[in-house]
Amino acid sequence: MTMPDTITPGEKKLKVVGTRPVRPDGVPKVTGLARFGADYSLPGMLWGKILRSPHAHARIRSIDTSQAQALPGVKAVMTAADLPEQKFEYVGAERVAVNFWHMTRGIMAREKALFEGHAVAAVAAISKTVADEALQLIKVDYEVLPHVINIEQAMQPDAPLLFEDMITRGVEPAPDKPSNISKRIEFKIGDIEAGFAAADKIVENTFRTAPVHQGYIEPQACLARFDADGQAELWASSQGHFVIRALTSRLVGMEVGNLRVHPAEIGGGFGGKNVPYVEPVALVLSRKAGHPVKIVLSRDEVFKACGPAAGSLMTVKIGITKDGKIVAADGVFSFQAGAFPTSPVMNACMCSFSPYDIANVRSVGYDVVSNRPKTAAYRAPGSPLSAYAVESTMDMAAASIGMDPLQFRLKNVAKPGTPTVSGPKHTHEGFAETIRALLQNPAYSTPLGKNQGRGVAVGYWFNNGGESSANVHVNEDGTVVVATGSADLSGTRASMAMMAAETLGIDYDKVRAIVADTGSIGFCGISAGSRTTFATGIAVVQACRKVIDELRARAAMIWDAKVEDVVWEDGCARRAGKGAGEVETLPIKAIAAKRTVTGGPVSAEVSVNAGGVAPGFAAEFCDVEVDPETGAVKVLRFVAAQDVGRAIHPALVEGQIQGGVSQGIGWALNEEYIYDDAGRLVNAGFLDYRIPVASDLPRIEAVLVEVPNPNHPFGAKGVGEANIVPSLAAVSNAVSRAIGRRMTELPMSPPKVLHALGSQRGS
Amino acid sequence: MAKQHVATTINGDAVEFLCETHQTLLDVLRDELGLTGTKEGCGTGDCGACSVTIDGRLVCSCLVLGVEAAGKSIQTIEGMAAGTQLHPLQRKFLEHAALQCGICTPGILIAARSLLERNPDPTEEEIRLWLAGNLCRCTGYNKIVDAVLDAAREMRGE
Repeated sequence: MTMPDTITPGEKKLKVVGTRPVRPDGVPKVTGLARFGADYSLPGMLWGKILRSPHAHARIRSIDTSQAQALPGVKAVMTAADLPEQKFEYVGAERVAVNFWHMTRGIMAREKALFEGHAVAAVAAISKTVADEALQLIKVDYEVLPHVINIEQAMQPDAPLLFEDMITRGVEPAPDKPSNISKRIEFKIGDIEAGFAAADKIVENTFRTAPVHQGYIEPQACLARFDADGQAELWASSQGHFVIRALTSRLVGMEVGNLRVHPAEIGGGFGGKNVPYVEPVALVLSRKAGHPVKIVLSRDEVFKACGPAAGSLMTVKIGITKDGKIVAADGVFSFQAGAFPTSPVMNACMCSFSPYDIANVRSVGYDVVSNRPKTAAYRAPGSPLSAYAVESTMDMAAASIGMDPLQFRLKNVAKPGTPTVSGPKHTHEGFAETIRALLQNPAYSTPLGKNQGRGVAVGYWFNNGGESSANVHVNEDGTVVVATGSADLSGTRASMAMMAAETLGIDYDKVRAIVADTGSIGFCGISAGSRTTFATGIAVVQACRKVIDELRARAAMIWDAKVEDVVWEDGCARRAGKGAGEVETLPIKAIAAKRTVTGGPVSAEVSVNAGGVAPGFAAEFCDVEVDPETGAVKVLRFVAAQDVGRAIHPALVEGQIQGGVSQGIGWALNEEYIYDDAGRLVNAGFLDYRIPVASDLPRIEAVLVEVPNPNHPFGAKGVGEANIVPSLAAVSNAVSRAIGRRMTELPMSPPKVLHALGSQRGS
Repeated sequence: MAKQHVATTINGDAVEFLCETHQTLLDVLRDELGLTGTKEGCGTGDCGACSVTIDGRLVCSCLVLGVEAAGKSIQTIEGMAAGTQLHPLQRKFLEHAALQCGICTPGILIAARSLLERNPDPTEEEIRLWLAGNLCRCTGYNKIVDAVLDAAREMRGE
């Protein structure tokens, strides 16, 4: 029997996909038995600790580790000299290019410390106490240099330079002087001058956002064991153990095949655990000490040294006709990359105007370094920022002609065939459907009270496909194990088991899904870009189909029939064609029982490089109330509609939306990195860097819009990220409407809201 | 400095351990006793991932010294289920998908149980205020609140 490529409603009733079973990793997570990065131990294990720069910018003249080395109980001390030098080159596609020369300096400073918290040395000792003592015995001779934190100052020609030889890429002819601007990018379609000339109204504004942290509750942690034969194992909490293996082996200078990485449970990532921080350090310390080494970062270290999301400076200009058609759009997006190049500004340029059908568009991006920790990805990296600027400006445009802001967006929404600023045309449905779902939400028309405002916004995110592997094995009793190499951040083991059960036609509780280590399955990319249920799901379904073909062949052998005369239905082989109805069906359990006499174990492994990705799209509104005395903003209601393709496990999908929105609310209202004059982070803790707590948030209503992706067996689109894209702008638009004044800076903390109210009163 | 000998009760069992005087109860639980279900998110009492109860009082174990456990009765996540019988809160967290990554879950379960011991019929607002000391970055708290309300209902026999 051939399986249809896609199962759409009406063709076949789904039994498992679309239900809400308990996830397979659930019980250990409520009993405390699940093992996260910091929960692994080995006999003879040492504790690793990292010495960090107290200066925002300093040349390292020398490091003397002799006293630390001599302290009883210290088994190894390392500096950047223990890591091989890397070639200066950008590797991979420009959007996600990696430069190992930068990356190794991010793991441990070489010539200079480039931000407060930059690692300069590390020790491994028999206890945390001895390791802490040893750190204090390391003498670093610093030459403190002028620093720059603010993005506008960093872009000035006379700013202190982080890299004295950095010439801006992407500018022709190349500048003759170095700067902190690492690259300029530009995308363009149509003719923006002509577009603006045809506009009846033009609105323009400049927006600023502070860097924010992903805020995962689990600090980075790993356990490393480097053996005398050069083989090593790592237990690491990350968004992708294969990528941790690839990057760590390169940074440490060992063959990929000598490193086996085990996936620990990961206590939140949101993009912040796509890259290694502690793994190369622990491995080198273990290699030097000859003992296993565990490193667990403190929260202070996480904030100071492990990638926040970029801050930004953005100017957006939009031209519209008087009946609400957008005719031109121009955006200039400058992003803080942190101490090393490559912020997600390219994503921002590409996503910014993608929700819309606009004939004339230009997006320009600048990637800017400054004396801050290197930024890392954060949920739809780049897109929430450009959406904040674009959607704020769209709100002004809609207001300028007195049009409902959602109707304005619906009028201009992109459809299949609409070109994007970066070239390819849109090919998927779902944007308009999502806006309509929000328009139809009864809460959208509820009246507002005094000091209250309603804000809307939409958002686009690419989503990802890519490399994934899955193994499906029929056990001796007919139960099934599904192994993949995709780190499970929030329940993908459940969606894998559900897709396998649906495909095989067996019950969900007969399938066990696990995450296999790098030595036990083929390569899988990181769990990022909302790719896992899509790409790894395709690998799982394809492996199940191979298993079904094998099970049919085994049944044919048992029946002495042709395999073409055996079909697979509801977890059983059934005789069709000649001889149909003459024999009982053979359930998977019965076939498994006869495996030994029919050819041995039944299993299949499939590796894919999944294309056919469908983008994510979200439309959201929120109601806020502003306290005119304190400037505090209370979010009263939040409704988020997202095109999810097909919700494999709707409860987990709702959770993704609710989580993304709550992060967006924190970003909009409260979260920011605050520096003192010396370039030191002053709020490196959860008390002063306050993420939303339960009492800060309203109920978040998730509206699942299901417009299936024809390129996935069950129609799945990535669901993890699009939800955060509109949230910042939705909150900002709501606050702006509540106080009758356009807000242009995040976070909208009480002092900023009071200032806006004050300047309004004064005017 | 010589380590201190401490005799305490953990999840109903008599336990003795040696610890350095500056070691937190959290470090003792995790590093000395292998009870790694109690998590460290911040080490400064701001995130609640290390929540335990001491003589029935809800505390952040990162703010308590190991030596302070002497003579006390400590409850950790490892003692929440009765053998293979999950506590209603644990079951409802699973049924409502009230966890995503799961790192905050042990602390939130301990805190929620502590709430229901004091207030078997909390409002949604009371739950949100009680759990304001427990950070979750994944869920937006929606499903956590739902799970606690549902568990409370079940425990009241409704």
